[in-house]
Amino acid sequence: MTARTATLDRAEIEQLEEMARRIRVEIIRTVNHAQVGHVGGPLSAADIIAALYFRVLRIRPGEPLWPQRDRFILSKGHSSLVQYAAMALRGYFPVDELRSFDSKGSRLQGHPDMRLLPGIDMSTGSLGMGLSAGLGMALASRFTDVDPRVYVLLGDGECQEGQIWEAAMVAARYGLDNLVAIVDHNKLQQYGWAGETSEVRLPPEEPGELAAKWTAFGWRVLEADGHDMAAVVGALEAAAQESGRPTVVIANTIKGRGVSFMEGDYRWHSKPIKPDEFAAAMRELGEADA
Amino acid sequence: MSLPMGRPMRDVFGETVSRLADDDPRIVMLDGDLGSSTKADIFEHGHRDRFLQMGIAEQNMIGVAAGLASVGLMPFISTFVSFAVIRPLDQVRVQVAQTGLNVKLTAGYAGLFTGMAGKTHQIVDDISIMRAMPGMVTVSPADDIETDHVLRWAAGYEGPVYIRIGRDATQRLFDEDYRFRFGAAVEVRAGSDVTLISTGAQTPRVVDAADLLAADGISAHVVHVPTIKPLDTGAIVAAADRTGRVVTIEEHTVIGGLGGAVAETLAEHRPTRMRRIGLQDMYTESAPNDTLLELYGLSAERVAEQVRGMTWSS
Repeated sequence: MTARTATLDRAEIEQLEEMARRIRVEIIRTVNHAQVGHVGGPLSAADIIAALYFRVLRIRPGEPLWPQRDRFILSKGHSSLVQYAAMALRGYFPVDELRSFDSKGSRLQGHPDMRLLPGIDMSTGSLGMGLSAGLGMALASRFTDVDPRVYVLLGDGECQEGQIWEAAMVAARYGLDNLVAIVDHNKLQQYGWAGETSEVRLPPEEPGELAAKWTAFGWRVLEADGHDMAAVVGALEAAAQESGRPTVVIANTIKGRGVSFMEGDYRWHSKPIKPDEFAAAMRELGEADA
Repeated sequence: MSLPMGRPMRDVFGETVSRLADDDPRIVMLDGDLGSSTKADIFEHGHRDRFLQMGIAEQNMIGVAAGLASVGLMPFISTFVSFAVIRPLDQVRVQVAQTGLNVKLTAGYAGLFTGMAGKTHQIVDDISIMRAMPGMVTVSPADDIETDHVLRWAAGYEGPVYIRIGRDATQRLFDEDYRFRFGAAVEVRAGSDVTLISTGAQTPRVVDAADLLAADGISAHVVHVPTIKPLDTGAIVAAADRTGRVVTIEEHTVIGGLGGAVAETLAEHRPTRMRRIGLQDMYTESAPNDTLLELYGLSAERVAEQVRGMTWSS
């Protein structure tokens, strides 16, 4: 099933696209400053994260522990920079704090830590775990007056973890239609299987494989172009509607999206940026301050 | 004369958590398809809406518990040690220990008594593993009475707790007046020749061993350690000082378990002559309970025999 385009006006879409651009800029700036950090995965997820933080999620940046907030879990925790950038731009903390990423005493750990940074709903970092925690949060509405929608962002490589499918099985069993999984389907994992040559790495799954698996596990499957803002918002909003079963949004993305020489290149999964690369990336992202 | 039999700890688990849930709406039970073995079925009969079957998918179960706890609920886990913490060890580490979330890892079938399930189910290294995990409280009650106390204490404690719960009826160490104190070791026999330190369902057998030793003119001082982490350093040192000779006895490997914990403490605070009785870097086998205790040197008679035979350089 392909999600209907949301009824967003052009100006709103452009605003969200601008936030996605600024998120990408902050990702590149932060990796350049720290000279460490993941690049490809955060860039592929930037449009999804912009849609969530600036449109879909019911959140209060000034009151990050607001009990009634929607929950968001970055299960692919190594892409933490995309979440930190969005949180900073949304007002959870000053944008300058992004420069502390990965340094001593920072709240911005390599992988998101709920004990350090208010607004992180679940600590992640070891792949495959976030959907289970989201399932617990979605179930909790049966026993508390908290009734959140729960969004969990997964990687397509991450979907190789067995725990994902344990969670998929149990979530369907409970018919949790307040639980939404999003797969950042960027077709590359850190290294993966070799293709015809070692330079060519195969995608984590065959075409169509993810949709078939989630369908088989009893989930409602929506597919969207993960870089088409109207399509992303439409799918995320349609996903949280009552349907009696959990929904997965398979967002078709490009790893490294937004910087031409990073796009589709597995080596940009995690890599320091050289000065000339930083300048080129900033130019492509429309920033003059390189 | 030996200590009387108590009720199985697992029965107490089902009953006590169910009773706690009567008054505490935060309590939910997550079952890994073993509720009829762990006696979480007792909870289900009282609180069907809060009994959450998670199927045979324990890694997910631990993550679900973390999610539930993150919104203020207090999940208890119903499965065996092997599937509560060994199989999903990374989930326990990342989602429970590192988050500090209020998850009660109530692990059944602790020790050797697993209904003759054999070495896959007889987890003999869980104390070593769990106490090494930063932030993980580790408790091993001696009997049915203490299990009830520990569960009630745990429900009032905010944070992760690992509790070892036995399957079969074992001997009763305590009477109804007993009060569990978190983090405190308990002197159960006073003596002057040798200090015996034990934990879990092994402690009653050690008390019986002390009686056997007394008949031979050996006065044993016996200390029970329900809370293995945090360890009661003061009580361990004081008990060592009483006799100058320490023997730890556990239904568990001697590597890193109670014996390891006591050895670390004494080496640092009060170097004392010491021996460790327990499983010697080995896996175990299926057999009737009494046979297992004989085989691995853990029956009262075998413990007494080993202590009697120890030579201590002076």
